[in-house]
Amino acid sequence: MAQYLILVYRDEATVAGASQEDWDAALKEHRSFQERNATAILGGNALHFTDTATSIRRNGSGGLAVTDGPFAETKEALGGYYLVEAADLDEAIGLAKQVPDPFGGGVEVRPVRVFD
Amino acid sequence: MATSPAVAAAVADAHRREWAFVLAATARVTRDLDLAEECVQDAYARALTVWGERGIPQRPGAWLTTTARNRALDALRRDATLRRSLPRLLDRSTDPAADDPAADDPGAEPSAAGEDFPDDRLRLIFTCCHPALAEEAKVALTLRLLCGLSTAEVASAFLVGQPAMAARITRAKKKIATARIPYRVPPADELPERIDAVLTVVHLLFTTGHTAPAGDELVRRDLVERALDLARMLRTLLPGDAGVAGLLALILLTDARRETRAADDGRLLLLAEQDRRRWDRAEIAEGLALVREALRPRPPGRFALMAAIAAVHAEAPSWQATDWHEVVALYDLLVTIWPSPVVALNRAVAVGFADGPAAGLAALDGLAAEPQLAGYGYLAAARADFLRRLDRTAEARLAYEEAVMLTENSVERAFLSSRLRELGSRGPA
Repeated sequence: MAQYLILVYRDEATVAGASQEDWDAALKEHRSFQERNATAILGGNALHFTDTATSIRRNGSGGLAVTDGPFAETKEALGGYYLVEAADLDEAIGLAKQVPDPFGGGVEVRPVRVFD
Repeated sequence: MATSPAVAAAVADAHRREWAFVLAATARVTRDLDLAEECVQDAYARALTVWGERGIPQRPGAWLTTTARNRALDALRRDATLRRSLPRLLDRSTDPAADDPAADDPGAEPSAAGEDFPDDRLRLIFTCCHPALAEEAKVALTLRLLCGLSTAEVASAFLVGQPAMAARITRAKKKIATARIPYRVPPADELPERIDAVLTVVHLLFTTGHTAPAGDELVRRDLVERALDLARMLRTLLPGDAGVAGLLALILLTDARRETRAADDGRLLLLAEQDRRRWDRAEIAEGLALVREALRPRPPGRFALMAAIAAVHAEAPSWQATDWHEVVALYDLLVTIWPSPVVALNRAVAVGFADGPAAGLAALDGLAAEPQLAGYGYLAAARADFLRRLDRTAEARLAYEEAVMLTENSVERAFLSSRLRELGSRGPA
Protein backbone atom coordinates (compact mmCIF):
# COMPACT_ATOMS: atom_id res chain seq x y z
CA MET A 1 0.00 0.00 0.00
CA ALA A 2 1.04 3.58 -0.59
CA GLN A 3 -0.15 6.99 0.44
CA TYR A 4 -1.37 9.71 -1.87
CA LEU A 5 -2.31 13.30 -1.23
CA ILE A 6 -5.41 14.43 -3.10
CA LEU A 7 -5.26 18.20 -3.48
CA VAL A 8 -8.66 19.77 -4.04
CA TYR A 9 -8.70 22.98 -6.11
CA ARG A 10 -11.55 25.46 -6.56
CA ASP A 11 -12.31 28.89 -7.91
CA GLU A 12 -12.69 30.93 -4.72
CA ALA A 13 -14.93 33.51 -6.39
CA THR A 14 -17.48 30.77 -7.18
CA VAL A 15 -17.32 29.41 -3.65
CA ALA A 16 -17.67 32.90 -2.13
CA GLY A 17 -20.79 33.47 -4.19
CA ALA A 18 -22.44 30.23 -3.07
CA SER A 19 -25.61 30.27 -0.95
CA GLN A 20 -25.98 28.70 2.49
CA GLU A 21 -27.91 25.81 0.89
CA ASP A 22 -25.03 25.20 -1.54
CA TRP A 23 -22.61 25.14 1.38
CA ASP A 24 -24.72 22.70 3.34
CA ALA A 25 -25.08 20.44 0.32
CA ALA A 26 -21.32 20.50 -0.32
CA LEU A 27 -20.59 19.59 3.29
CA LYS A 28 -23.07 16.72 3.10
CA GLU A 29 -21.44 15.40 -0.06
CA HIS A 30 -18.00 15.45 1.58
CA ARG A 31 -19.31 13.66 4.70
CA SER A 32 -20.86 10.98 2.53
CA PHE A 33 -17.61 10.59 0.53
CA GLN A 34 -15.69 10.25 3.82
CA GLU A 35 -18.08 7.61 5.16
CA ARG A 36 -17.99 5.57 1.95
CA ASN A 37 -14.18 5.54 1.96
CA ALA A 38 -13.51 5.54 5.70
CA THR A 39 -10.85 2.82 5.51
CA ALA A 40 -8.88 4.51 2.74
CA ILE A 41 -8.98 8.08 4.07
CA LEU A 42 -6.20 8.76 6.58
CA GLY A 43 -6.92 12.45 6.99
CA GLY A 44 -8.06 15.61 5.32
CA ASN A 45 -9.10 19.19 5.85
CA ALA A 46 -10.73 22.12 4.16
CA LEU A 47 -8.75 25.35 4.07
CA HIS A 48 -9.74 28.98 4.48
CA PHE A 49 -9.52 31.19 1.41
CA THR A 50 -6.15 32.33 0.09
CA ASP A 51 -6.79 35.87 1.40
CA THR A 52 -5.87 34.40 4.78
CA ALA A 53 -2.64 32.88 3.45
CA THR A 54 0.85 34.00 4.40
CA SER A 55 3.93 33.08 2.38
CA ILE A 56 7.48 32.94 3.62
CA ARG A 57 10.44 33.04 1.24
CA ARG A 58 14.15 33.75 1.41
CA ASN A 59 14.58 37.45 0.78
CA GLY A 60 17.92 37.26 -1.04
CA SER A 61 19.98 38.84 1.75
CA GLY A 62 20.10 35.85 4.07
CA GLY A 63 16.84 36.58 5.83
CA LEU A 64 13.23 35.51 5.44
CA ALA A 65 10.50 37.66 3.96
CA VAL A 66 6.99 37.18 5.27
CA THR A 67 4.36 38.33 2.79
CA ASP A 68 0.59 38.35 2.54
CA GLY A 69 -1.01 35.98 0.05
CA PRO A 70 -0.64 32.45 -1.36
CA PHE A 71 2.62 31.09 -2.78
CA ALA A 72 1.31 31.29 -6.34
CA GLU A 73 -1.68 33.29 -7.56
CA THR A 74 -3.87 31.03 -9.67
CA LYS A 75 -7.52 31.08 -10.68
CA GLU A 76 -8.08 27.69 -9.09
CA ALA A 77 -6.63 27.75 -5.59
CA LEU A 78 -5.94 24.91 -3.18
CA GLY A 79 -9.03 24.60 -1.03
CA GLY A 80 -8.45 21.39 0.88
CA TYR A 81 -6.89 17.94 0.80
CA TYR A 82 -7.37 14.31 1.60
CA LEU A 83 -4.58 11.96 2.60
CA VAL A 84 -5.50 8.47 1.37
CA GLU A 85 -4.04 5.01 1.30
CA ALA A 86 -4.25 3.05 -1.97
CA ALA A 87 -2.65 0.00 -3.53
CA ASP A 88 -1.68 1.84 -6.70
CA LEU A 89 -2.30 4.93 -8.79
CA ASP A 90 -5.45 3.45 -10.36
CA GLU A 91 -7.00 2.99 -6.93
CA ALA A 92 -5.94 6.52 -5.89
CA ILE A 93 -7.45 7.94 -9.09
CA GLY A 94 -10.61 5.96 -8.34
CA LEU A 95 -10.86 7.73 -4.96
CA ALA A 96 -9.95 11.12 -6.44
CA LYS A 97 -12.75 10.81 -9.00
CA GLN A 98 -15.25 10.45 -6.13
CA VAL A 99 -14.12 13.61 -4.30
CA PRO A 100 -17.13 15.96 -4.38
CA ASP A 101 -16.63 18.91 -6.69
CA PRO A 102 -19.75 21.02 -6.05
CA PHE A 103 -18.20 24.36 -7.02
CA GLY A 104 -16.25 23.11 -10.04
CA GLY A 105 -12.47 22.93 -9.93
CA GLY A 106 -10.54 19.71 -9.96
CA VAL A 107 -8.14 17.60 -7.96
CA GLU A 108 -4.50 16.60 -8.23
CA VAL A 109 -3.12 13.27 -7.02
CA ARG A 110 0.44 13.13 -5.71
CA PRO A 111 2.24 10.08 -4.34
CA VAL A 112 3.58 10.65 -0.82
CA ARG A 113 7.32 10.21 -0.60
CA VAL A 114 8.48 7.89 2.13
CA PHE A 115 11.96 8.06 3.65
CA ASP A 116 13.39 4.99 5.36
CA MET B 1 33.64 -15.97 -36.25
CA ALA B 2 31.29 -13.66 -38.08
CA THR B 3 27.58 -14.18 -37.54
CA SER B 4 25.99 -16.09 -40.40
CA PRO B 5 23.34 -14.22 -42.39
CA ALA B 6 20.74 -16.84 -41.42
CA VAL B 7 21.36 -16.28 -37.70
CA ALA B 8 21.41 -12.51 -38.08
CA ALA B 9 18.11 -12.68 -39.96
CA ALA B 10 16.56 -14.96 -37.32
CA VAL B 11 17.60 -12.57 -34.54
CA ALA B 12 16.28 -9.54 -36.47
CA ASP B 13 13.02 -11.37 -37.09
CA ALA B 14 12.72 -12.32 -33.42
CA HIS B 15 13.45 -8.71 -32.51
CA ARG B 16 10.51 -7.50 -34.52
CA ARG B 17 8.10 -10.30 -33.62
CA GLU B 18 8.99 -11.18 -30.05
CA TRP B 19 10.44 -8.06 -28.41
CA ALA B 20 7.23 -7.04 -26.63
CA PHE B 21 6.54 -10.60 -25.47
CA VAL B 22 10.07 -11.12 -24.10
CA LEU B 23 10.19 -7.71 -22.40
CA ALA B 24 6.73 -8.05 -20.89
CA ALA B 25 7.60 -11.46 -19.41
CA THR B 26 10.98 -10.23 -18.15
CA ALA B 27 9.46 -7.16 -16.48
CA ARG B 28 7.37 -9.55 -14.38
CA VAL B 29 10.63 -10.81 -12.87
CA THR B 30 12.60 -7.57 -12.62
CA ARG B 31 9.71 -5.32 -11.61
CA ASP B 32 11.92 -2.60 -13.08
CA LEU B 33 11.58 -1.53 -16.71
CA ASP B 34 15.19 -0.38 -17.12
CA LEU B 35 16.62 -3.63 -15.81
CA ALA B 36 14.17 -5.61 -17.94
CA GLU B 37 15.28 -3.71 -21.05
CA GLU B 38 18.94 -4.30 -20.25
CA CYS B 39 18.37 -8.03 -19.78
CA VAL B 40 16.34 -8.35 -22.97
CA GLN B 41 18.93 -6.46 -25.02
CA ASP B 42 21.51 -8.76 -23.54
CA ALA B 43 19.51 -11.84 -24.49
CA TYR B 44 19.29 -10.67 -28.12
CA ALA B 45 23.05 -10.04 -28.15
CA ARG B 46 23.70 -13.54 -26.79
CA ALA B 47 21.36 -15.04 -29.37
CA LEU B 48 23.69 -13.83 -32.11
CA THR B 49 26.53 -16.04 -30.78
CA VAL B 50 24.64 -18.91 -29.17
CA TRP B 51 22.29 -19.49 -32.09
CA GLY B 52 25.34 -19.52 -34.38
CA GLU B 53 26.94 -22.28 -32.31
CA ARG B 54 23.91 -24.40 -31.37
CA GLY B 55 21.44 -23.57 -34.07
CA ILE B 56 18.34 -21.42 -34.08
CA PRO B 57 15.88 -22.62 -31.41
CA GLN B 58 12.46 -23.82 -32.46
CA ARG B 59 10.79 -21.20 -30.30
CA PRO B 60 13.04 -18.15 -30.37
CA GLY B 61 10.69 -16.15 -28.13
CA ALA B 62 10.81 -18.76 -25.36
CA TRP B 63 14.61 -19.03 -25.64
CA LEU B 64 15.00 -15.26 -25.42
CA THR B 65 12.58 -15.03 -22.50
CA THR B 66 14.37 -17.74 -20.51
CA THR B 67 17.73 -16.12 -21.20
CA ALA B 68 16.54 -12.63 -20.29
CA ARG B 69 14.80 -13.82 -17.14
CA ASN B 70 17.82 -15.79 -15.96
CA ARG B 71 19.94 -12.74 -16.53
CA ALA B 72 17.45 -10.70 -14.51
CA LEU B 73 17.50 -13.18 -11.62
CA ASP B 74 21.30 -13.02 -11.50
CA ALA B 75 21.24 -9.24 -11.43
CA LEU B 76 18.58 -9.19 -8.73
CA ARG B 77 20.55 -11.59 -6.52
CA ARG B 78 23.73 -9.59 -7.03
CA ASP B 79 22.18 -6.22 -6.25
CA ALA B 80 19.52 -7.34 -3.80
CA THR B 81 20.23 -4.63 -1.25
CA LEU B 82 20.60 -1.85 -3.80
CA ARG B 83 17.40 -2.73 -5.61
CA ARG B 84 15.34 -2.99 -2.45
CA SER B 85 15.59 0.77 -1.99
CA LEU B 86 14.34 1.58 -5.50
CA PRO B 87 10.66 1.96 -6.34
CA ARG B 88 9.49 -1.17 -8.11
CA LEU B 89 7.05 -1.78 -10.88
CA LEU B 90 3.79 -2.62 -9.20
CA ASP B 91 2.60 -6.06 -10.19
CA ARG B 92 -0.83 -6.59 -8.77
CA SER B 93 -2.53 -9.36 -10.64
CA THR B 94 -6.33 -9.27 -10.73
CA ASP B 95 -6.30 -13.05 -10.82
CA PRO B 96 -3.75 -14.42 -8.37
CA ALA B 97 -4.27 -17.98 -9.61
CA ALA B 98 -2.97 -17.05 -13.03
CA ASP B 99 -0.02 -15.25 -11.54
CA ASP B 100 3.51 -16.39 -12.02
CA PRO B 101 5.11 -17.22 -8.64
CA ALA B 102 8.38 -15.72 -9.81
CA ALA B 103 6.71 -12.34 -10.16
CA ASP B 104 6.44 -11.73 -6.46
CA ASP B 105 9.63 -13.42 -5.40
CA PRO B 106 12.66 -12.39 -7.40
CA GLY B 107 14.62 -15.22 -5.83
CA ALA B 108 12.33 -17.91 -7.26
CA GLU B 109 13.05 -19.69 -10.53
CA PRO B 110 10.99 -18.66 -13.54
CA SER B 111 7.75 -20.43 -14.26
CA ALA B 112 7.84 -24.14 -13.44
CA ALA B 113 6.61 -24.91 -16.93
CA GLY B 114 10.08 -23.88 -18.08
CA GLU B 115 9.39 -22.50 -21.50
CA ASP B 116 5.73 -21.58 -21.21
CA PHE B 117 5.31 -17.99 -20.22
CA PRO B 118 2.02 -16.21 -19.79
CA ASP B 119 1.49 -13.55 -22.43
CA ASP B 120 2.08 -10.35 -20.51
CA ARG B 121 2.05 -8.03 -23.51
CA LEU B 122 -1.31 -6.51 -22.56
CA ARG B 123 0.06 -5.49 -19.17
CA LEU B 124 2.94 -3.75 -20.90
CA ILE B 125 0.65 -2.02 -23.41
CA PHE B 126 -1.71 -0.71 -20.76
CA THR B 127 1.18 0.51 -18.64
CA CYS B 128 2.81 2.35 -21.56
CA CYS B 129 -0.52 3.96 -22.50
CA HIS B 130 -1.75 4.79 -19.00
CA PRO B 131 -3.90 7.96 -18.93
CA ALA B 132 -1.69 9.44 -16.18
CA LEU B 133 1.16 9.70 -18.73
CA ALA B 134 1.46 12.57 -21.23
CA GLU B 135 0.52 11.74 -24.83
CA GLU B 136 4.09 12.18 -26.11
CA ALA B 137 5.41 9.97 -23.30
CA LYS B 138 2.92 7.22 -24.17
CA VAL B 139 4.03 7.26 -27.79
CA ALA B 140 7.72 7.22 -26.87
CA LEU B 141 7.30 4.39 -24.34
CA THR B 142 5.24 2.36 -26.80
CA LEU B 143 7.92 2.58 -29.49
CA ARG B 144 10.67 1.90 -27.03
CA LEU B 145 9.17 -0.89 -24.91
CA LEU B 146 6.70 -2.57 -27.28
CA CYS B 147 8.52 -2.14 -30.57
CA GLY B 148 12.05 -2.31 -29.14
CA LEU B 149 13.27 0.86 -30.86
CA SER B 150 16.37 2.50 -29.43
CA THR B 151 16.10 5.99 -27.95
CA ALA B 152 17.93 7.33 -31.03
CA GLU B 153 15.36 5.72 -33.33
CA VAL B 154 12.44 7.04 -31.29
CA ALA B 155 14.04 10.51 -31.30
CA SER B 156 14.49 10.51 -35.07
CA ALA B 157 10.93 9.24 -35.61
CA PHE B 158 9.62 12.37 -33.92
CA LEU B 159 12.37 14.76 -35.06
CA VAL B 160 13.36 15.38 -31.46
CA GLY B 161 16.94 15.53 -30.21
CA GLN B 162 18.24 12.38 -28.58
CA PRO B 163 18.94 13.92 -25.14
CA ALA B 164 15.43 15.38 -25.04
CA MET B 165 13.89 12.03 -25.98
CA ALA B 166 16.04 10.17 -23.43
CA ALA B 167 14.87 12.61 -20.74
CA ARG B 168 11.24 12.15 -21.79
CA ILE B 169 11.50 8.36 -21.57
CA THR B 170 13.34 8.44 -18.23
CA ARG B 171 10.77 10.79 -16.75
CA ALA B 172 7.89 8.57 -17.86
CA LYS B 173 9.50 5.43 -16.42
CA LYS B 174 10.16 7.24 -13.17
CA LYS B 175 6.54 8.27 -12.92
CA ILE B 176 5.38 4.69 -13.54
CA ALA B 177 7.49 3.45 -10.63
CA THR B 178 7.05 6.36 -8.23
CA ALA B 179 3.35 7.06 -8.65
CA ARG B 180 2.79 3.27 -8.81
CA ILE B 181 1.10 2.92 -12.15
CA PRO B 182 0.16 -0.75 -11.95
CA TYR B 183 1.56 -3.33 -14.36
CA ARG B 184 -1.71 -5.03 -15.12
CA VAL B 185 -4.68 -5.34 -17.42
CA PRO B 186 -7.38 -2.96 -16.14
CA PRO B 187 -10.64 -4.39 -14.75
CA ALA B 188 -13.61 -4.78 -17.11
CA ASP B 189 -15.34 -1.54 -16.12
CA GLU B 190 -12.28 0.54 -17.01
CA LEU B 191 -11.36 -1.48 -20.08
CA PRO B 192 -13.23 0.40 -22.86
CA GLU B 193 -11.71 3.75 -21.86
CA ARG B 194 -8.26 2.26 -21.45
CA ILE B 195 -8.37 0.42 -24.77
CA ASP B 196 -9.36 3.68 -26.42
CA ALA B 197 -6.26 5.34 -24.96
CA VAL B 198 -4.10 2.57 -26.47
CA LEU B 199 -5.80 2.89 -29.86
CA THR B 200 -5.25 6.66 -29.80
CA VAL B 201 -1.51 6.12 -29.36
CA VAL B 202 -1.30 3.57 -32.19
CA HIS B 203 -3.39 5.82 -34.44
CA LEU B 204 -1.12 8.78 -33.70
CA LEU B 205 1.89 6.67 -34.65
CA PHE B 206 0.20 5.69 -37.89
CA THR B 207 -0.82 9.23 -38.89
CA THR B 208 2.64 10.54 -38.03
CA GLY B 209 4.09 7.93 -40.37
CA HIS B 210 1.42 8.21 -43.06
CA THR B 211 2.03 11.91 -43.67
CA ALA B 212 5.22 12.90 -41.95
CA PRO B 213 4.58 16.29 -40.32
CA ALA B 214 7.94 17.54 -41.56
CA GLY B 215 10.83 16.44 -43.69
CA ASP B 216 11.48 15.43 -47.29
CA GLU B 217 9.53 12.19 -47.44
CA LEU B 218 5.77 12.01 -47.53
CA VAL B 219 5.62 8.73 -45.64
CA ARG B 220 7.67 7.40 -42.76
CA ARG B 221 7.45 3.76 -43.74
CA ASP B 222 9.06 2.52 -40.50
CA LEU B 223 6.40 4.21 -38.35
CA VAL B 224 3.55 2.97 -40.53
CA GLU B 225 4.84 -0.58 -40.22
CA ARG B 226 5.25 -0.31 -36.45
CA ALA B 227 1.69 0.97 -36.15
CA LEU B 228 0.45 -1.91 -38.31
CA ASP B 229 2.41 -4.42 -36.19
CA LEU B 230 0.94 -2.95 -33.01
CA ALA B 231 -2.61 -2.98 -34.38
CA ARG B 232 -2.16 -6.63 -35.40
CA MET B 233 -0.76 -7.43 -31.94
CA LEU B 234 -3.81 -5.82 -30.32
CA ARG B 235 -6.10 -7.78 -32.63
CA THR B 236 -4.45 -11.01 -31.45
CA LEU B 237 -4.66 -10.02 -27.78
CA LEU B 238 -8.16 -8.46 -27.85
CA PRO B 239 -9.87 -10.39 -30.66
CA GLY B 240 -13.41 -9.42 -29.66
CA ASP B 241 -12.90 -5.67 -29.44
CA ALA B 242 -14.67 -3.67 -32.16
CA GLY B 243 -12.46 -0.60 -31.65
CA VAL B 244 -9.34 -2.67 -32.29
CA ALA B 245 -10.94 -4.15 -35.42
CA GLY B 246 -11.80 -0.61 -36.55
CA LEU B 247 -8.29 0.73 -36.09
CA LEU B 248 -6.67 -2.22 -37.84
CA ALA B 249 -9.16 -1.84 -40.71
CA LEU B 250 -8.43 1.89 -40.95
CA ILE B 251 -4.69 1.32 -41.10
CA LEU B 252 -4.99 -1.45 -43.70
CA LEU B 253 -7.41 0.45 -45.96
CA THR B 254 -5.34 3.63 -45.82
CA ASP B 255 -2.01 1.86 -46.19
CA ALA B 256 -3.35 -0.05 -49.21
CA ARG B 257 -2.87 3.18 -51.24
CA ARG B 258 0.76 3.64 -50.22
CA GLU B 259 2.29 2.85 -53.65
CA THR B 260 0.11 5.40 -55.41
CA ARG B 261 0.29 8.42 -53.14
CA ALA B 262 3.31 9.95 -54.81
CA ALA B 263 4.40 10.03 -58.46
CA ASP B 264 7.77 8.65 -59.54
CA ASP B 265 9.26 12.13 -59.20
CA GLY B 266 8.02 12.36 -55.60
CA ARG B 267 5.10 14.64 -56.45
CA LEU B 268 2.01 14.23 -54.24
CA LEU B 269 -0.90 12.49 -55.97
CA LEU B 270 -4.43 13.14 -54.76
CA LEU B 271 -6.98 10.37 -54.33
CA ALA B 272 -8.51 11.54 -57.64
CA GLU B 273 -5.24 10.98 -59.54
CA GLN B 274 -4.12 7.70 -57.95
CA ASP B 275 -3.89 4.54 -60.03
CA ARG B 276 -6.40 2.37 -58.22
CA ARG B 277 -5.18 -0.79 -59.96
CA ARG B 278 -2.04 -0.51 -57.84
CA TRP B 279 -3.85 -0.40 -54.52
CA ASP B 280 -3.01 -3.37 -52.32
CA ARG B 281 -5.98 -5.72 -52.86
CA ALA B 282 -4.98 -8.11 -50.06
CA GLU B 283 -4.91 -5.30 -47.50
CA ILE B 284 -8.22 -3.96 -48.81
CA ALA B 285 -9.92 -7.37 -48.53
CA GLU B 286 -8.64 -7.83 -44.99
CA GLY B 287 -9.67 -4.29 -44.09
CA LEU B 288 -13.18 -4.61 -45.53
CA ALA B 289 -13.88 -7.78 -43.52
CA LEU B 290 -12.73 -6.00 -40.34
CA VAL B 291 -14.88 -2.92 -41.05
CA ARG B 292 -18.03 -5.01 -41.08
CA GLU B 293 -17.13 -6.41 -37.66
CA ALA B 294 -16.10 -3.00 -36.31
CA LEU B 295 -19.40 -1.39 -37.31
CA ARG B 296 -21.52 -3.82 -35.27
CA PRO B 297 -21.78 -1.87 -31.98
CA ARG B 298 -24.39 0.93 -31.94
CA PRO B 299 -23.22 3.62 -32.25
CA PRO B 300 -19.98 2.50 -33.90
CA GLY B 301 -16.67 3.86 -32.58
CA ARG B 302 -14.66 6.59 -34.23
CA PHE B 303 -12.03 4.29 -35.75
CA ALA B 304 -14.77 2.06 -37.19
CA LEU B 305 -16.38 5.09 -38.85
CA MET B 306 -13.06 6.38 -40.18
CA ALA B 307 -12.38 2.89 -41.53
CA ALA B 308 -15.85 2.83 -43.12
CA ILE B 309 -15.02 6.09 -44.92
CA ALA B 310 -11.73 4.61 -46.14
CA ALA B 311 -13.74 1.54 -47.25
CA VAL B 312 -16.01 3.67 -49.46
CA HIS B 313 -12.91 4.92 -51.29
CA ALA B 314 -11.37 1.45 -51.42
CA GLU B 315 -14.50 0.01 -53.04
CA ALA B 316 -15.08 2.87 -55.50
CA PRO B 317 -13.89 1.83 -58.97
CA SER B 318 -12.90 5.42 -59.75
CA TRP B 319 -12.82 8.89 -58.24
CA GLN B 320 -15.88 9.88 -60.29
CA ALA B 321 -17.79 6.81 -59.07
CA THR B 322 -17.16 7.55 -55.37
CA ASP B 323 -20.33 7.60 -53.27
CA TRP B 324 -19.74 11.03 -51.73
CA HIS B 325 -23.17 11.11 -50.12
CA GLU B 326 -22.26 7.95 -48.22
CA VAL B 327 -18.98 9.57 -47.19
CA VAL B 328 -20.82 12.68 -45.93
CA ALA B 329 -23.33 10.49 -44.04
CA LEU B 330 -20.45 8.68 -42.30
CA TYR B 331 -18.79 11.99 -41.42
CA ASP B 332 -22.12 13.21 -40.01
CA LEU B 333 -22.08 10.22 -37.64
CA LEU B 334 -18.42 10.71 -36.83
CA VAL B 335 -18.92 14.38 -35.91
CA THR B 336 -21.63 13.43 -33.41
CA ILE B 337 -19.45 10.94 -31.51
CA TRP B 338 -16.19 12.82 -32.02
CA PRO B 339 -16.85 16.55 -32.34
CA SER B 340 -13.38 17.61 -33.43
CA PRO B 341 -12.78 20.59 -35.75
CA VAL B 342 -10.48 18.42 -37.88
CA VAL B 343 -13.30 15.90 -38.45
CA ALA B 344 -15.62 18.81 -39.30
CA LEU B 345 -13.03 20.03 -41.82
CA ASN B 346 -12.88 16.63 -43.51
CA ARG B 347 -16.66 16.53 -43.55
CA ALA B 348 -16.74 19.94 -45.28
CA VAL B 349 -14.34 18.65 -47.94
CA ALA B 350 -16.63 15.65 -48.56
CA VAL B 351 -19.63 18.01 -48.79
CA GLY B 352 -17.71 19.89 -51.50
CA PHE B 353 -17.54 16.74 -53.60
CA ALA B 354 -21.09 15.57 -52.85
CA ASP B 355 -22.87 18.91 -53.35
CA GLY B 356 -20.37 21.08 -55.18
CA PRO B 357 -17.62 23.57 -54.22
CA ALA B 358 -20.04 26.31 -53.13
CA ALA B 359 -21.63 23.98 -50.54
CA GLY B 360 -18.17 22.84 -49.43
CA LEU B 361 -17.01 26.42 -49.03
CA ALA B 362 -20.09 27.26 -46.96
CA ALA B 363 -19.37 24.27 -44.67
CA LEU B 364 -15.77 25.46 -44.30
CA ASP B 365 -16.73 29.03 -43.47
CA GLY B 366 -18.29 27.87 -40.22
CA LEU B 367 -14.87 26.54 -39.18
CA ALA B 368 -12.72 29.62 -39.82
CA ALA B 369 -13.11 30.79 -36.21
CA GLU B 370 -12.09 27.43 -34.67
CA PRO B 371 -9.00 28.15 -32.55
CA GLN B 372 -7.87 24.53 -32.99
CA LEU B 373 -7.69 25.03 -36.76
CA ALA B 374 -5.73 28.29 -36.60
CA GLY B 375 -2.42 27.54 -38.29
CA TYR B 376 -3.75 24.23 -39.65
CA GLY B 377 -2.60 24.08 -43.27
CA TYR B 378 -5.32 21.70 -44.48
CA LEU B 379 -8.03 24.30 -43.79
CA ALA B 380 -6.30 26.80 -46.09
CA ALA B 381 -5.63 24.07 -48.68
CA ALA B 382 -9.30 22.97 -48.71
CA ARG B 383 -10.49 26.57 -49.04
CA ALA B 384 -8.01 27.15 -51.83
CA ASP B 385 -9.29 24.12 -53.72
CA PHE B 386 -12.95 25.16 -53.47
CA LEU B 387 -12.15 28.75 -54.51
CA ARG B 388 -10.14 27.46 -57.47
CA ARG B 389 -13.05 25.29 -58.60
CA LEU B 390 -15.37 28.29 -58.25
CA ASP B 391 -12.97 30.34 -60.44
CA ARG B 392 -12.42 32.81 -57.59
CA THR B 393 -8.77 32.94 -58.60
CA ALA B 394 -7.49 35.84 -56.52
CA GLU B 395 -8.90 34.41 -53.29
CA ALA B 396 -7.67 30.94 -54.23
CA ARG B 397 -4.13 32.32 -54.67
CA LEU B 398 -4.17 33.85 -51.19
CA ALA B 399 -5.44 30.61 -49.66
CA TYR B 400 -2.78 28.52 -51.46
CA GLU B 401 -0.08 30.93 -50.31
CA GLU B 402 -1.28 30.53 -46.74
CA ALA B 403 -1.34 26.71 -47.07
CA VAL B 404 2.22 26.68 -48.49
CA MET B 405 3.39 28.68 -45.50
CA LEU B 406 1.76 26.32 -43.04
CA THR B 407 3.10 22.94 -44.18
CA GLU B 408 6.46 21.62 -43.03
CA ASN B 409 6.37 18.66 -45.41
CA SER B 410 8.28 19.41 -48.60
CA VAL B 411 6.23 16.99 -50.77
CA GLU B 412 3.02 18.71 -49.70
CA ARG B 413 4.60 22.11 -50.21
CA ALA B 414 5.64 21.21 -53.77
CA PHE B 415 2.07 20.11 -54.55
CA LEU B 416 0.54 23.33 -53.22
CA SER B 417 3.13 25.46 -55.04
CA SER B 418 2.34 23.71 -58.33
CA ARG B 419 -1.36 24.47 -57.85
CA LEU B 420 -0.43 28.07 -57.20
CA ARG B 421 1.56 28.21 -60.46
CA GLU B 422 -1.33 26.70 -62.40
CA LEU B 423 -3.49 29.61 -61.28
CA GLY B 424 -1.09 31.93 -63.09
CA SER B 425 -0.37 35.50 -62.17
CA ARG B 426 -3.69 36.93 -63.30
CA GLY B 427 -5.73 39.04 -60.95
CA PRO B 428 -4.61 41.26 -58.12
CA ALA B 429 -1.45 40.09 -56.35
